[in-house]
Amino acid sequence: MVEEAASPYRILIAKPGLDGHDRGAKVIVRALRDAGFEVIYTGIRQTPEMIARAALQEDVDAVGLSLLSGAHMTLFPRIAAILKEEGLGDILIFGGGIIPDEDFPLLRKKGIDRVFGPGTSLRSIVDYLKEALASRKKAADGNKKTRKAQEGAKAAK
Amino acid sequence: MNDVRQLARRVEGGDLSAVARAISFVVDERPGSEELASELYRRSSSVHKVGLAGPPGSGKSTLTGRLISYWRGQGLKVGVLAVDPSSPVSGGAFLGDRLRIQDHAGDPGVYIRSLATRGRVGGLTPTIFGAIHVLEAAGFQKIIVETVGIGQDEVEVAHAADTVLYVVTPGLGDEIQALKAGIMEIGDIFVVNKADLQGKDKAVADLRRALAIGAEASPADGWAAPVLATSALTGEGIAALGEMIERHRDHLDSSGQRSRRLKDQLRAEVSLYLARRISRSVEKRLTERHLSALVERKTDPVTLGQELLEARGAA
Repeated sequence: MVEEAASPYRILIAKPGLDGHDRGAKVIVRALRDAGFEVIYTGIRQTPEMIARAALQEDVDAVGLSLLSGAHMTLFPRIAAILKEEGLGDILIFGGGIIPDEDFPLLRKKGIDRVFGPGTSLRSIVDYLKEALASRKKAADGNKKTRKAQEGAKAAK
Repeated sequence: MNDVRQLARRVEGGDLSAVARAISFVVDERPGSEELASELYRRSSSVHKVGLAGPPGSGKSTLTGRLISYWRGQGLKVGVLAVDPSSPVSGGAFLGDRLRIQDHAGDPGVYIRSLATRGRVGGLTPTIFGAIHVLEAAGFQKIIVETVGIGQDEVEVAHAADTVLYVVTPGLGDEIQALKAGIMEIGDIFVVNKADLQGKDKAVADLRRALAIGAEASPADGWAAPVLATSALTGEGIAALGEMIERHRDHLDSSGQRSRRLKDQLRAEVSLYLARRISRSVEKRLTERHLSALVERKTDPVTLGQELLEARGAA
């Protein structure tokens, strides 16, 4: 018998901006589902506020943004900022679409954890998410333990 | 105050991020979830829960969106739990209901949560009751539970909702389909959705006929399930549906059925909890050695099962 497996990670796939080309987003949805993630898709033409609200209500571990219209330098950082304001700074944010390599560093600085350009294999996205989310979870659990230990030490005094 | 109590207080204050976190706690059965569930349950009261069942593509999610608008128009806070299937292969899931309920994205009086079945058949996720109690504690005045949409066997929703809507579309089959046991018996209100399509009148008539056949033989609770036509696309028939839902709720109250149903729901919740806990703790004792003994026919599954259960009792 399989021991209780950890619950699947939850991922929101969102399409901000005005372009309606969501085939890429749907391919990602499918790939992540097949890799064992629980995936929620918002549909096209979402405002940053709508995406943040969906991420909050669905209590997701990661948000994936797909954008092909070129507005990523405005919209991606805006979404990262709203999530942070809402106290959801621990959600991993990744993005993809038609995004030139030279934009990666600035996006990274503005809170996008990882950008996947055209031609990225699905495998590498899945592997990245599994690894990054597992290490985040480990870090969060570790923090909790240290805090508990500190509280325990305080109480002992 | 510990973390769990603090989370419970924030849920009771209606903080949606706390609601989201608390639902994760109970559906993932994380450490502390039992304490959280008990905190929330004891301090809240039961809310009218409306279940939506029916085949995939019948428009349950779009209809959910319409019902949200209807109740928001009356100033009621609405919580939605939308269930979609988990893949039995990967364990992953595509939760697509939210996509159809977009109009309320910015409304603080609406909370929508997508849940995966995580390996359970029957249209619901095993921990749906815990999620319902979180919404009750958070002060939602209407709760919508939308099932997977697997069709005929979706009867579990009857154990989670007070008023069950069974949603079909024109062209889905004649009265023989309607006579088959299972789902047709648990619908309190039948909805022929997509009334903008051809064949609406025939679908309504077929359903009415099917529901009338032999109806006098079934136990009378004084409610003859009505058949309504709606178009979630255009909004046609939604107000009438909303009124019918209220009428059913009044009927539950005046006939004493409400407490009967509540007890059925709680019985289902407790029995699901017991089943999970017992099978988990007993299955832990099932070893490779046991399985080999079964393969060699030195024992049999029933005897082994009994022994494992008894060993658990002794421990």
